[in-house]
Amino acid sequence: MNAVKYKQVDAEILGRIREIVPDAKRVLTERTDLASYSFDASFGTHFPELVVQPKTTAEVAAIVKLAYEETIPIYPRGRSTSLSGGPLPVEGGIALDMSHMNQRLEIIPDDLIAIVSPGVLTANIHQAAEQVGLMYPPDPSSSAVATIGGNLAENAGGPRGLKYGVTKDYVLGLEVVTPQGEVIRTGGRTVKNVTGYDLTKLIVGSEGTLGIITEAILQLIPKPPATATLMAIFDDIVTSGEAISRVLTSGILPAKMEIMDQACIKAVEAYQPCGLPVEAEAIILIEVDGHPRAVEEEIKEAARICESIGASRVEIANTEAEREALWKARKMVSPAIVRMKPTKISEDATVPRSKIPEMFARLKQIRDKYQVNLVVFGHAGDGNLHPNIIADKRDQEEMKRVEKAVAEIFEAAIALGGTLSGEHGIGNMKAPFMEMELGAAGLDVMKRIKESLDPKNIMNPGKIFPKPGQRLVLTEG
Amino acid sequence: MKKLPYDKTIQCVQCGYCLPACPTYMTMGKETHSPRGRINLVKMAAEGQISLDELQEPLDLCLGCRACEPACPSGVQYGKILEEAREVLHEHKGQSTSKPVKWMQDVMFQKVFPDPKKLRTAADLIWLYQSSGLQKVAQKGRLTKILPENLSAFEEVLPEVSSPAARRKRPAAFQPPAGTAVRFKVAFFTGCIMDAMFEKINRLSMELLALAGCEVHVASGQTCCGALHAHAGRRDDTVLLAKQNIEAFEQLDVDFIVNNAGGCGALLVEYHHLFHGDPEWEERARRFVAKTRDISQVLAQCELPLKHPIDEVVTYQRSCHMSNVQKVVREPLDLIKRIPGITFREMANPGQCCGSAGIYNVVNYEESMEILDVKMETMKATKATVIVTTNPGCLLQMKLGVQREGLSHEVRTLHLVELLAESAGLAVTS
Repeated sequence: MNAVKYKQVDAEILGRIREIVPDAKRVLTERTDLASYSFDASFGTHFPELVVQPKTTAEVAAIVKLAYEETIPIYPRGRSTSLSGGPLPVEGGIALDMSHMNQRLEIIPDDLIAIVSPGVLTANIHQAAEQVGLMYPPDPSSSAVATIGGNLAENAGGPRGLKYGVTKDYVLGLEVVTPQGEVIRTGGRTVKNVTGYDLTKLIVGSEGTLGIITEAILQLIPKPPATATLMAIFDDIVTSGEAISRVLTSGILPAKMEIMDQACIKAVEAYQPCGLPVEAEAIILIEVDGHPRAVEEEIKEAARICESIGASRVEIANTEAEREALWKARKMVSPAIVRMKPTKISEDATVPRSKIPEMFARLKQIRDKYQVNLVVFGHAGDGNLHPNIIADKRDQEEMKRVEKAVAEIFEAAIALGGTLSGEHGIGNMKAPFMEMELGAAGLDVMKRIKESLDPKNIMNPGKIFPKPGQRLVLTEG
Repeated sequence: MKKLPYDKTIQCVQCGYCLPACPTYMTMGKETHSPRGRINLVKMAAEGQISLDELQEPLDLCLGCRACEPACPSGVQYGKILEEAREVLHEHKGQSTSKPVKWMQDVMFQKVFPDPKKLRTAADLIWLYQSSGLQKVAQKGRLTKILPENLSAFEEVLPEVSSPAARRKRPAAFQPPAGTAVRFKVAFFTGCIMDAMFEKINRLSMELLALAGCEVHVASGQTCCGALHAHAGRRDDTVLLAKQNIEAFEQLDVDFIVNNAGGCGALLVEYHHLFHGDPEWEERARRFVAKTRDISQVLAQCELPLKHPIDEVVTYQRSCHMSNVQKVVREPLDLIKRIPGITFREMANPGQCCGSAGIYNVVNYEESMEILDVKMETMKATKATVIVTTNPGCLLQMKLGVQREGLSHEVRTLHLVELLAESAGLAVTS
C-alpha cells in the first residue's frame, strides 16, 4: 500500500461531523467511549479518534465523503465480535458503529428474499425467516450477538456451511457506500443476474476495505421440517476421519458435522462431567435435516456407517431433550477450555476434507513442539477446524511460543492445500501470512483492486495487506 | 489502598456474548455501557490508561443485574469485578466527595438501614402521612410536585404501610394449623426495607409458610442484609452486617433460612465471598449460605391450599438477582401456575431487568425510566392484569411503570406471596 499521511480529527472536522449527525448522543468523543471502541474479540487495543453511530445511508455517505476529502481513516464495525482484528482502528480515525442502523428487516416470502439494514442481528433474520417457514442458513455461533453487516464484511460461516455454504452464497444484492462517499447498488433481487462484474461477491468478505455495506438483499430457502442428531465416539482419530469421509460419500449430506478432540473431551469432563470417555480420541456429532422420513433413514444409515468403521459408541437422539444433551458436550468446549487459562487464541485454518486426519496429526506435533495448550474442535464436514490455543497473555514467554505455534498452524494448513482462514477473516492478525497463501502475484492483484477503488486508503486501513516486515504479534504493550 | 480486580478482568475474551443480555447497552446504545465495555474500562484503569474518575460514571450506570453472567461463555465473575471496582471508587471518592454528601451517605448506610427502630419510625411517619389523609391533600394540592421528579414519582407508588400497632404486634413464631405435621422448621429473614415498608408482605409470607406446614421463627438480633452497602462499594459496612446476621441465625436450629426479597437473597447466598480466607467466619458464612432459600424454593416443596380461583392473566417480572445470582427461576413460575383459574403469559425477553436495581432508579432516574419503558412495552403485549414480582425494588418499579402507562386501574402489581395468599384465602388486618 502507498504510505498515506492521514489527517487528525480536529475541532473543525468534529464540527462538520456534528452537522452531518446533529444528534449529540451518536457522536462520541469522551475518552471512556473511545476506549470502549478500541478492541474486538481478538488482540490489541487501538483507540479511534472519534466514534460515530450513523442511522441512515445518507449519514454514512456524508461522513465517508468528508473522510475522503480530508484523508481520514474510516473503521466500520458491527458489534465487534471479530476474531481477526477486522474492526480495530489501527490508524485511529473514525470508528463507524453501524449497529444502530437496524431499521429494516423485511421478509418477502414470495420472492424468497430478505432485505436488511446492516445493524440487524443475524439471529433476528433467522427468527423472522422461520416465522414464515423460511430459513437464512448461515449460522455463525455469534449470530445472537453479531450484526449481518459484520457477517457480510467478513463472509461469516458456521456449522451449517457443509450443506448450505456460507454468507456469500446467500447475498443477491447490496447497497454500498464507496470510499468516495457515493452510494451504489450491486446485484439485485434475483438468483440469476449476470449483468457486469459480480461486485456483490467482491464486496462480501472484503472486510470493510472496499466500501461500507448499508443494505443487503439476502436469499432465503424453505426451512427443512425435521432434524435428527447422532453422536459417535472414536478411540482413534484417524478412524473418525474415515467415518466422516464414508458418510459423505454414502449419499448423505449432513447439515452439520462437528468434531472435538481428546483435549476438548478432557477439558469438558473436568469442567462439567457429561459422561464422555476421556480415553477417546475424537467425538463426532452429525445432524441431518430435511423431510421427516428421509431424516429418520439418513441418521440410522450414518449411525450404521460409524459403527461399521469402528466407533466405540454411537447414540441417536430421539427427543429434543436428548438432542440438546448431545450438543451440550460441544457447547461446553468454550467455557471448559478457558477455565485452564484466560487467553484464547481461536484459529480457523481450513483444509480439504480428506486431509483432516493429517491436519490433526500436524496439530499434535505443533502442540508437542511448542508445549502449548492446544485443543481442536470444529466443523469436520467442511474441513474448517478450530485449533484453539489456551494461554495467559500476561506470560510473555508463553505468548512467544504461541505466536510460533500459530504461524506453524497456518503453514500446515496451506501445505495441505487449505487456507489461512475459513470464516474468521484476515484482519490485521493474519495479514503477514497472505503472501504465503496467495503468492506475490496473487496478492498484488488484490492490492491493485484495493488501490483503484480506494486510492487514498481510507477504508479500514491496516487490514488484509501486510505492512513491510509485519509479523504476527500476540503480546500486548 | 484497595486494588482494582485486574486478574478477573483478564478472564474476559471480549467476545461480546453479553451484549444482548445487558439492559443498559440496549437503552444507552454504546459499548461504554456494556458488560465487556465496563470490564475493559476496569482493566484499563488498572493499567493506568484511564483514571478512576473516568471509570466512575460507566460503573455508576451499571444496574448490577448480572444478566451478563449466565450469558458469558468464559465464566467471567462480573459481579465481583463490579463490586471490587466500586470498593476502590468508594475509597477514592472518600477523598474527593464533599463533606455534607459523605455525611448523609454514611448516616443512611450506617445508621438507618441497619437500625430497625429508625426504619420503623420512618414507616410510622409514612403510615401517618397515608392514613391521616395528608397524602391525598398533598397530591391534590400538587404539593408533591415540589419534590424532584425522581422522588415525587415514587411517592405516588409507595405501598400502603402497616399501622405501627399491627407491626409491633407480630408474634415471634408462626405454627402450622393444628393437626398438620411440621414439614420444615424455618427461620424468617425479615430484611430492613421489607420489614418497614412491606411488613404486610412479610406477615403474609410467614403465615403462608405456616399454612404450608412450616414452623416459622423470627430470629431476634437480625439486621439489614447489606446488599445496598455492597453495591455501593461499602464492603466494611457489609461485613459487619453479615456477621450480625450470621450470629443471629446461628441461635436457631432450623432447616432453612427463608427470605422473600430477590436482592437480599442474592447477597445472603454469597455471604461466604465476604470472608474469603477468614479461618473462622468463612465456615460460619458457608453454613448460613447452605440453609438460605428464597421463599418460593420452600413453598414449591410444600402443599398449599390454593382454593380460590383467580381468573386473570398473570405475568411475572423476574428479580434479576434471584435469577442470575440465586439461580431461582422455575419455582416462582411453578407456584403461579398452581393457582386455579390463572392464565400465565410470559413477557418477551423475560430476563430483562426492570431498571429498579436497588436505589438505581432514584439515583439514575432518567436512565432507569428508559429501561422501564422497554419493559412496559413487553408487559403490555401480554395483556396481563396482574404483574407478579419477587423483590421489593421490582415491585415498586413495576408499580411506577403501571402508573406511567396510565394503567393503575386495570393492572395490579403484587409480590408472589400476595398472589398466593389471595388464592389461599389469607388476609392481613392492617
